[in-house]
Amino acid sequence: MKGSVAVVGGGIAGIQAALDLADSGFKTYLIESRPSIGGVMSQLDKTFPTNDCAMCILSPKLVETARHPNIELLAYSDVKSISGKAGDFKVKVVKKARYVDETKCTGCGSCTEKCPSKVQDEYNAGMSKHKSIYIPFAQAIPRIATIDAAHCLYLTKGKCGVCKKVCGPKAVDYEQKDTEIELNVGSVVLATGFKPFDPSILKNYRFDHPDVITSLQFERLLSASGPTQGHVTKQSDGKVPKNIAFIQCVGSRNPHIDRKHCSSVCCMYATKESIIAKEHDPELNITIFHIDIRAYGKNFEEFYNRAQREYGIKYINSRPPEVIVGANNALSLKYEDFSTGVVTQDFDLIVLSIGLDPADSTRALAQSSGIALDDFGNIATSIESPVESSVAGIYVCGVAQGPKDIPDTVAQASAAASKAAALLSGERGTLIKERKFPDEKQLSPLPRIGVFVCHCGINIGSVVNVPGVVEYARTLPGVAHAREMLYACSSDSQAAIKDAIAKNDLNRVVVASCTPRTHEPLFQNTCREAGLNPYLFELANIREHCSWVHSKEKERATEKAKGIVQMAVAKSALFQPLYKQQVSLINKAIVLGGGVAGMTAALDIANNGYHVTIIEKEKELGGMLREMTELYDGKKPADVLKELIGKVNGNKNINVINEAKLLKVEGYLGNFKGVVLANGKELALDFGAAVVATGARNLEPSGLFNYGKDPHVVTQAQFEKMLGKGISANNITMIQCVGARNKEREYCGRTCCVDAVKNAIRIKKANSKANVFVLYRDMRTYGVMEKLYENARDLGVIFIKYEADNPPKVQGGSVLVHDHMLNQDIELASDLVVLSTPLVAGENEEINQLFKIPLDRNKFFLEAHPKLRPVDFATDGIFLCGSAQAPKLMDEAISQASAAASRACTILSRKFIETEGAVSVVNEAKCIGCGTCVTVCPYNAPSLYDVTVNVEEVTYTTNKSKINAASCKGCGSCAAACPAGAITAQHFSSKEIGEAIDAFDKGVKSISIEKGFVEMTV
Amino acid sequence: MSAEAATDTKTNDWEPKIVAFCCNWCSYGGADSAGMGRFQQPASARIIRVMCSGRIDPLHVFNAFLEGADAVLVTGCHIGDCHYVNGNDKTKIKYKYLENVAHELGIEKERLQLNWISASEGEKFANFIRDVTAQIKKLGPSPLKPEGVA
Ligand code: FES
Repeated sequence: MKGSVAVVGGGIAGIQAALDLADSGFKTYLIESRPSIGGVMSQLDKTFPTNDCAMCILSPKLVETARHPNIELLAYSDVKSISGKAGDFKVKVVKKARYVDETKCTGCGSCTEKCPSKVQDEYNAGMSKHKSIYIPFAQAIPRIATIDAAHCLYLTKGKCGVCKKVCGPKAVDYEQKDTEIELNVGSVVLATGFKPFDPSILKNYRFDHPDVITSLQFERLLSASGPTQGHVTKQSDGKVPKNIAFIQCVGSRNPHIDRKHCSSVCCMYATKESIIAKEHDPELNITIFHIDIRAYGKNFEEFYNRAQREYGIKYINSRPPEVIVGANNALSLKYEDFSTGVVTQDFDLIVLSIGLDPADSTRALAQSSGIALDDFGNIATSIESPVESSVAGIYVCGVAQGPKDIPDTVAQASAAASKAAALLSGERGTLIKERKFPDEKQLSPLPRIGVFVCHCGINIGSVVNVPGVVEYARTLPGVAHAREMLYACSSDSQAAIKDAIAKNDLNRVVVASCTPRTHEPLFQNTCREAGLNPYLFELANIREHCSWVHSKEKERATEKAKGIVQMAVAKSALFQPLYKQQVSLINKAIVLGGGVAGMTAALDIANNGYHVTIIEKEKELGGMLREMTELYDGKKPADVLKELIGKVNGNKNINVINEAKLLKVEGYLGNFKGVVLANGKELALDFGAAVVATGARNLEPSGLFNYGKDPHVVTQAQFEKMLGKGISANNITMIQCVGARNKEREYCGRTCCVDAVKNAIRIKKANSKANVFVLYRDMRTYGVMEKLYENARDLGVIFIKYEADNPPKVQGGSVLVHDHMLNQDIELASDLVVLSTPLVAGENEEINQLFKIPLDRNKFFLEAHPKLRPVDFATDGIFLCGSAQAPKLMDEAISQASAAASRACTILSRKFIETEGAVSVVNEAKCIGCGTCVTVCPYNAPSLYDVTVNVEEVTYTTNKSKINAASCKGCGSCAAACPAGAITAQHFSSKEIGEAIDAFDKGVKSISIEKGFVEMTV
Repeated sequence: MSAEAATDTKTNDWEPKIVAFCCNWCSYGGADSAGMGRFQQPASARIIRVMCSGRIDPLHVFNAFLEGADAVLVTGCHIGDCHYVNGNDKTKIKYKYLENVAHELGIEKERLQLNWISASEGEKFANFIRDVTAQIKKLGPSPLKPEGVA
């Protein structure tokens, strides 16, 4: 066994898997074929459904990966083969020649400036050119130049050689050759991603026309770092388009070209791109041509509704067969609209929503290494083991396993990490290094503040006059250095900040960019690397709180940005170095909920070598799976459950408490104290981390479609049970979206379409004569589930689309539906009407109170970040999985459960927990020993002790308070409550807060630069 | 300030100065969400981030008024959601006291407001700033504003 893992693929999946593994004590190799890690996510402008800037959330992860002492990055390298067995694999890697010495290149870019030859830019999806020697994008990691050997004049013709001449560090090396290395690792994680579908094989879509572009190209057009700096223009004439069409399912759901799968993400990315385009230019008309709109994820339906309601984006349920190129190269589409018949409409720009194709490299690697693929060319897995490949010890995550969006990818990445870590748990910590920071430098007595103002591409720069803010910052007292940055969070900017700290002897750093809630740790680490205490850093939020919310008032926004910087500068001048303490932790976890998700999480944690207690409210384990009678791959849930429960019961690291409930929790990350009520007894339970896997429940559709009144109307969940026993109905009608996608419950139930199709197939298989109708609004059999939908149609299940405002009517013995496609009412004789209802939140309110973790508006738990932290809570040490977060399919719940386990293990595997640095402290001389702080503190951090005071020959004994730094969380309540002003909430002291308030809008005029203090101008 | 100037500030585009105390875990996040959702709002507020609303000392509030704030907003997590168990319960108590003192000092109630805003309530945050700004524009500058401060 080896304590190391090779992660193949450096997109968001590979990055997340590598970070989890490295944080859990494993040496990790991250192998990426492109010159930089980041994958397709690095090319995206925004991410749905929150429209977060993709680069802004990805960039900190890129930087963290590059910095992690346990991660070795092998970029621009291909994996040739994997051999060996679990615990001991040999991975052959070819490091492709960059013709640049990685150890010497500083990424300064002088070479790219001077290089005379140009190549199509892959990062911009071929819409611009970069030089033959290039760095793919501003935030590239590693930031090393690469020569495109096929186009380099020197390498092809022996001429030029200018890059070598201009390279200061002498990094260019034309003699460099590909080198093969062999890694010896315990496990392999495949995160090889996908290849965007190439639409040129669909000749009828006229991809040869310059104004027919792919969705990825459109994404680049929207991006500030794209070929047109974020202005959507036509490739043909550079003009601004007025009418844009999206054609969905290009290269998806198309059996003719052997792409039967749904690509899972296109409906939402088309919606996102449309919204962003409309935000750039409200005059645009955007039409999305689709088969079904698959807005199945958390907050997707709401996003889709907003696109229509607030942005006027038109959705047409039709798939135009071709793009028509008319006179003068004008584009048009001919389509059949159910309300108006056949229509021909002109468009200026047509965007093909291309699907996700399995990558060729995945296929090749799978074949050479004996890893099984599924029917679609993805790495084959099963419902119960969604991240395990056919070869033991090789795991898979992300789109390599099947099309999926970013949060599902990230969850799977953590899940794969969990499996690899469990396999190698005996070797944990054997091959790693500790992260080392340089010693803190001596601080000069007066503040020397550095101010770095970020453009954030155009996120800030297009509204706030950044150079103006920099100029202003230079005039502020204590500021020794100020400059602007395109992306303050990119690796080159980090280097520049460190450089500036050294050169200017800075002892305080202010970055004016985005929110400290996401970016503070990144910059704090940069400070530490430059020998500055992390508490000498302050973020001035001029994006979320300024440019984004005053986008139409550029001047006011600039003034406000100056003000925000001024406040940050004033406050930072008072900052003092603070230090964290190390406290021990309890290496045990609890899992709330003993369903499939809970059991999986518990097993993964146990297999990682930590003790875990499952707290289940029912008599038996199994949760909702007990109610199921068949999985969509035909397996029997009872068999699956039996095996899973057997594993749980047989694991000596797992303790199950049934009919139990968590009553109380106190403590913090690493040191929680809980009280469990079981069998009428209260039981103390200490743990270091918790996983919430409490599931959800089926909606009872009381009052809808005669449910409750007519015994022939049942829910899909009830029908599932009936099918297990065998039923004798011949005419079955299912109604989808009952109690979902409406005013009261806006979200989509995600699993209901798959469940309905699965059960429709079961009826047909048992009795091919049965009439089965599925009345739907959109069939959302996303990803590889499309196969089930196809199956059902082949078996003769009839699908009829209805409109939300004209729902079917259930009348004794039949269902009346308005067929939207035929535009007529049909009556369907029905012995049984099955209502597909969504999952709704369970008793989450109790748990949310216990742990102080938030709920979303549908009362599901709210994760820390919808894209990149899908199983974390904002509160440290508590994790989330399964349907408690939002409805999901069983394999998705299992992936999430393993992911939550992985995240928990990054904590359980630590030797100690670091306390807060910004804790409160008592000034003994001022303390009057009243004990207010003791009553106020929820963590029992302050306590009173006796002191003997000696003043002027009088000796007396009194109380004084002291605060235990290990239990102080730094909320500052005690400082606000102390009547004597004896407590200082460090980093948020009254002085620091006061200084910030004082600095509010003191005009530049009122500041005396020479004297260095603020004066009132009267 | 002359009466003329005072009426002036009420009608034209005089921008009030609003100090908003936000806790790191909820209302500051709400302000972030307002940004992410691009919920536009007047540029009148400056946020002072504290870890918990429980950190807000009545002195900080008066300090803000004395430094020329036209309104001061005390915000935090919804009751029950405080990241530090019950910091906002304590805020509520202190706020009662603050309200009384402000009343004694003749500060209109619009100038001192308490609001619980969660990290997901971006729109609520933006609306809050918009509403308060409109209210204060009607009232004009704060009577506690020191001479010479805009
Ligand atoms: S953390 Fe928000 S009020 Fe305490």
